[in-house]
Amino acid sequence: MKIHEYQAKQIFARYGIPIPRGYPAQSVEDVDVAAKKLEQETASPVVVVKAQIHAGGRGKGGGVKVAKTGALEAREIARKMLGMQLVTHQTGPEGQKVRRLYVEQGLDIRRELYLGAVIDRDRRRVAFMASTEGGVEIEKVAAESPEKIATVHVDPAVGLAAYQARQLAFGLGLGKKETLGQFVKLMMALYEVFTREDCSLCEINPLVVANQTDVFALDAKLNLDDSAEFRHPEWRELEDKDEADPIELEAKGAGLNYVSLDGNVGCLVNGAGLAMATMDIIKHFGAGHGVAPANFLDVGGGASQEQVTKAFKMILKSPKVRTIFVNIFGGIMKCDVIANGVVAAAREVGLDVPLVVRLEGTNVELGRKILRESGLAIQAASTMADGAQKVVAAVGGGR
Amino acid sequence: MSVLVGDSTRLLVQGITGSAGAFHAKQMIEYGTQVVAGVTPGRGGERFESKVPVFDTVADAVRATGANASCIFVPPPGAADAILESFDVGIELVVCITEGIPVIDMLKVRRVLEGRKGTRLIGPNCPGIITPGACKIGIMPGHIHKAGHVGVVSRSGTLTYEAVGQLTALGIGQSTCIGIGGDPVGGMDFVDVLELFQADPDTHGVILIGEIGGGAEERAAGFIRDKMKKPVAAFIAGTTAPPGKRMGHAGAIISGGQGTAGEKIKALERAGARVAPTPSDMATTLRSMMG
Repeated sequence: MKIHEYQAKQIFARYGIPIPRGYPAQSVEDVDVAAKKLEQETASPVVVVKAQIHAGGRGKGGGVKVAKTGALEAREIARKMLGMQLVTHQTGPEGQKVRRLYVEQGLDIRRELYLGAVIDRDRRRVAFMASTEGGVEIEKVAAESPEKIATVHVDPAVGLAAYQARQLAFGLGLGKKETLGQFVKLMMALYEVFTREDCSLCEINPLVVANQTDVFALDAKLNLDDSAEFRHPEWRELEDKDEADPIELEAKGAGLNYVSLDGNVGCLVNGAGLAMATMDIIKHFGAGHGVAPANFLDVGGGASQEQVTKAFKMILKSPKVRTIFVNIFGGIMKCDVIANGVVAAAREVGLDVPLVVRLEGTNVELGRKILRESGLAIQAASTMADGAQKVVAAVGGGR
Repeated sequence: MSVLVGDSTRLLVQGITGSAGAFHAKQMIEYGTQVVAGVTPGRGGERFESKVPVFDTVADAVRATGANASCIFVPPPGAADAILESFDVGIELVVCITEGIPVIDMLKVRRVLEGRKGTRLIGPNCPGIITPGACKIGIMPGHIHKAGHVGVVSRSGTLTYEAVGQLTALGIGQSTCIGIGGDPVGGMDFVDVLELFQADPDTHGVILIGEIGGGAEERAAGFIRDKMKKPVAAFIAGTTAPPGKRMGHAGAIISGGQGTAGEKIKALERAGARVAPTPSDMATTLRSMMG
């Protein structure tokens, strides 16, 4: 799960990570109030208005603007920013609509650095990465000048050790006594955030040195580990439903794994690996015919009639879908049960696009018989390849 | 012959009184697996299906029954703890089926595992392990398998069944099939399993099924290139997966341009594995290599 910068900063503040003063805002009026408050608190009229969307690269897209002269200018910026379609390298060409803003004090920035923590899957450790190239995408730095990234791995039995934090600090040129101490404290706190808040990513880009020697998290990005939701009831309040794909959101509520894609074949599959492989094989046979998967959908191990019905409805919400491919390997769940479920669900939903069904596994013959005798225009496929080719033909690409 | 599990496996099931644990314990017993004990804290003294004794702790279960393998169905909040309990008692093979364990918990489990040389963990978020005709630990449909000489190792459950179904349909049996699971941090990875298959005289060839995310397939490619003397056919799911999106499995995500199917396929092909062009061709690809 992704959260907004201002939410991440609120969490940072609880752990003692220094952040600039700031207030979230959802209207021009909110921005006005926030800017005036900041001017009073900091004795400076300079504020920064930042669009809050779940994507990086906001600055380049025009989502971060400085108001040097205070509230009036901030209002003007907010008027333009609220409601704009912010396009960044992470949003896709259609961009993301800006609904929330964050108004923050301006800082006298001396240096911009990068500090991030991720799960290093290969080493099975939390890894901290630091770089002198702040404000730039870390992937770009990693690709172009990997020597500029310093990394330490944390032993989960020990936790982050101060010497490891110092190691990164010296690598960043933060050797001066007061700054060094602040950085070490910040990094130790960031490790606490990572582990206690169940993060999958914590990123401060940029981490800045301002007011001569002080370090601040000027930006904050936290991704939360969806698997840990059960022990974080507070996450429900952090979720911004406006940022999610509405169909994906609905699927999540229905207990289905769903990801929207650009193609025209709705896929309904049991198991994540098989669901991905189904997308791949559609593309394999359909690439030259303009046929591609419209979604990833895993109905889970036990594909019940109810789940299949929900899944059909979900798939048919997309107007792009011109045919549906059901690919189920019936293991513990028998094929005849699944076939009955598919037939009942198809009837209930009133399918008006071609349906190709590939069943394999336990009681497969019985399952196919049920499909054949259903009276519905279901095309049965014998293998995944056969199914994918039938799908391509159904969409109109020919075999 | 086979790897890790066989006739001498004595299984205990952690979470045997839960719905998934009970259902699959019954299936395992029907398949012929020696399920000697169950563990559910607070339910010690009961009997599962009026046969299998249930204990409060793994230590009690092992002391009373000599169990040497454990299968875990405990829900996510207690699953990592259940794994650690089995490690602590010295169970050699721990298979965790549970899906949805927080990564932070698994980092700790891995850390403990590093200090225990004789212990192996399969999973979590996996279908388990089966030596056809001898022992099934997990949730896979037993009857699609056939005893034989092909090893199967996979990050995906149903895609493993797909491969096994294809092999069996061609009359090719399997030595052992292992689902290593779809989480970003887990127990055995491809290299650990390939080492076992390479050393097992009854495994003559291997199907390896990977997917997007992480670098396990690339490490497997290194092992195949340097150490593997048996043919390996592979399939990598997710060629069409968009970057940055979690595709069902917690571990199936392309992040920062890393972990794409294309890179993995290239690495495996360079190492001498043959990658099936579609998921329908996994078994035929291996057959073409085995002559």
